[in-house]
Amino acid sequence: MGETPHRSADAGTGGTRVTQSHERPAGASAHVAEAPVSTRTPGGTGLGGGGALPRARAFGAERAFRGLTLAAGSAVLIIIAAIAVFLVTKAVPALRANTESFWTFEGWFPNDAEPKFGIGALAFGTVLSAALALLVAVPVALGIALYLSHYAPRRVGTTLGFLIDLLAAVPSVVFGLWGREIFLQPVHDFSLWLNKYFSWIPLFGGDGPFGKSILLGSLVLAIMVLPIITSLSREVFLQTPTANEEAALALGATRWEMLRTAVLPYGRPGIIAAVMLGLGRALGETIALAMTLGITFNISFNLIENGGNSIAANIANTFGEANETGRGALIASGLVLFAITLIVNITARAIIYRRREFTESAA
Amino acid sequence: MAKRIEATNVTAYYGSFKAIENINLTVEPKTVTALIGPSGCGKSTFLRSINRMHEVLPGARVEGSLTIDDQDIYDRDVDVTAVRRMIGMVFQRPNPFPTMSIYENVVAGLRLNGVRRKSILDEAAEKALRSANLWDEVKDRLGKPGAGLSGGQQQRLCIARTIAVEPQVVLMDEPCSALDPISTLAIEDLMFQLKDKFTIIIVTHNMQQAARVSDRTAFFSIEKTGDPGRLIEYDNTQKIFSNPSQKKTEDYITGRFG
Repeated sequence: MGETPHRSADAGTGGTRVTQSHERPAGASAHVAEAPVSTRTPGGTGLGGGGALPRARAFGAERAFRGLTLAAGSAVLIIIAAIAVFLVTKAVPALRANTESFWTFEGWFPNDAEPKFGIGALAFGTVLSAALALLVAVPVALGIALYLSHYAPRRVGTTLGFLIDLLAAVPSVVFGLWGREIFLQPVHDFSLWLNKYFSWIPLFGGDGPFGKSILLGSLVLAIMVLPIITSLSREVFLQTPTANEEAALALGATRWEMLRTAVLPYGRPGIIAAVMLGLGRALGETIALAMTLGITFNISFNLIENGGNSIAANIANTFGEANETGRGALIASGLVLFAITLIVNITARAIIYRRREFTESAA
Repeated sequence: MAKRIEATNVTAYYGSFKAIENINLTVEPKTVTALIGPSGCGKSTFLRSINRMHEVLPGARVEGSLTIDDQDIYDRDVDVTAVRRMIGMVFQRPNPFPTMSIYENVVAGLRLNGVRRKSILDEAAEKALRSANLWDEVKDRLGKPGAGLSGGQQQRLCIARTIAVEPQVVLMDEPCSALDPISTLAIEDLMFQLKDKFTIIIVTHNMQQAARVSDRTAFFSIEKTGDPGRLIEYDNTQKIFSNPSQKKTEDYITGRFG
């Protein structure tokens, strides 16, 4: 529709109103970008254009730009297709060579003469550690975000917000090192305590050794996803219309009741999006988990015994000594990880979509 | 169900800026009082200080005393939320909670007061919507979002939400300025009915509206920008609009100023 306004603007000033258009070129003032066209028209008497209408350009900045954006848009599709083809062609031969079930076998020996590997334990560890990390991080993050947006004095809020963003900039390998070298000891002691008093709960049972466990990995993950969830939900909370906050206060709401009636429901889609971004990072986190988990291949809900593994951590740990089949197996595991993140994202979108009637009119 | 409001030397600040100075004014129960005056003269500030909404803004504070039936609402041990439950407020722009249905909006105040039983909420919602002249228009779609109504309906929804908690006083801050003439008329009619039960104070820029709806009118003004707003004249609406005793008031209502 690039040409439409151009034509109508010239049509309005051309023809019968030629004399007027000399003094007040309406077409030119409304569409400055079109002005050069009119001046180049043969026999043109002004920017408004007397006489015949100029012809549409066969090639101009408008079309060039449209082509550029189209190319950029298509590039995404091409890249995605290329990645998918690459992953599948590498993964299929390895899956064929597998002598055990890919879904249920608990172990990872793809480099043997008779390759045996299964995704079950890895996928389980990935989901369990990410879920646990969110369970810890989300309440804390929302608490910090509410404090920063609605309780803290402006100065404190800005400083704290900056520090939180700084936390997001720490590389994950540093988190991994810290978790392994420093955080391990307190988690080990805490695990012993949990085991002593709560060993009747299967989550905290076992005979040890404790420490390099799902618990340690999840807590490190929780610290890593905390800043993402915090800063996004803080932004969302700050966007709550003042009118809605005042409406709640004027009804006699306390500060907390105001947050519950006006701010939290308004921010709900944003909170879900923030949590999903955090979950995405937790699911895909590689090196920090590779350094803090105990690396075993079994499906167990025990959180405190040495053990646990995740898809991404397994790729980082075993890629170095993998042969052709081994690499194919790792790529297959990557596909499974991709599927998990996809399901998580679709679920989140569905939740937001279901409430659209109430959130679209929110603006 | 309606109480007398007495303001004595009320002075309000935004940080170091003094917005209104020494306002003295008494509002009788079950009347409509209009606050008029040029922009920036502090009439909204005064209105917001009546239910302690002024202090919500950072750095804002109020001096002087404001009593509701002889109880000072700025007393140190008065619960702010109790004050705001007693003195409801309708804002300039309709502000229903966007995430709530029509029904949820109306009962929001009751929910905040801890009312949980469905039958009580249903009854109160219908009563408030009927009082706000909105029941017939929305009774079949109570579960739909409140933000989906027209502007005038939204404002009546906000009035229903305010009166559902049965306050003593209803403050209205230019409630019709964002509405078309027909919706405005609906709200003005509503004010006549609500006067039987509530004390109403309305800020308006529309002098015809003040003349139509109010029993008493208070005229606020400022000397020049940066000066605090003062109460110039407060009298029966009839008197203000026909024979004001102050020159400034006359200039304003005849359109020679402001």
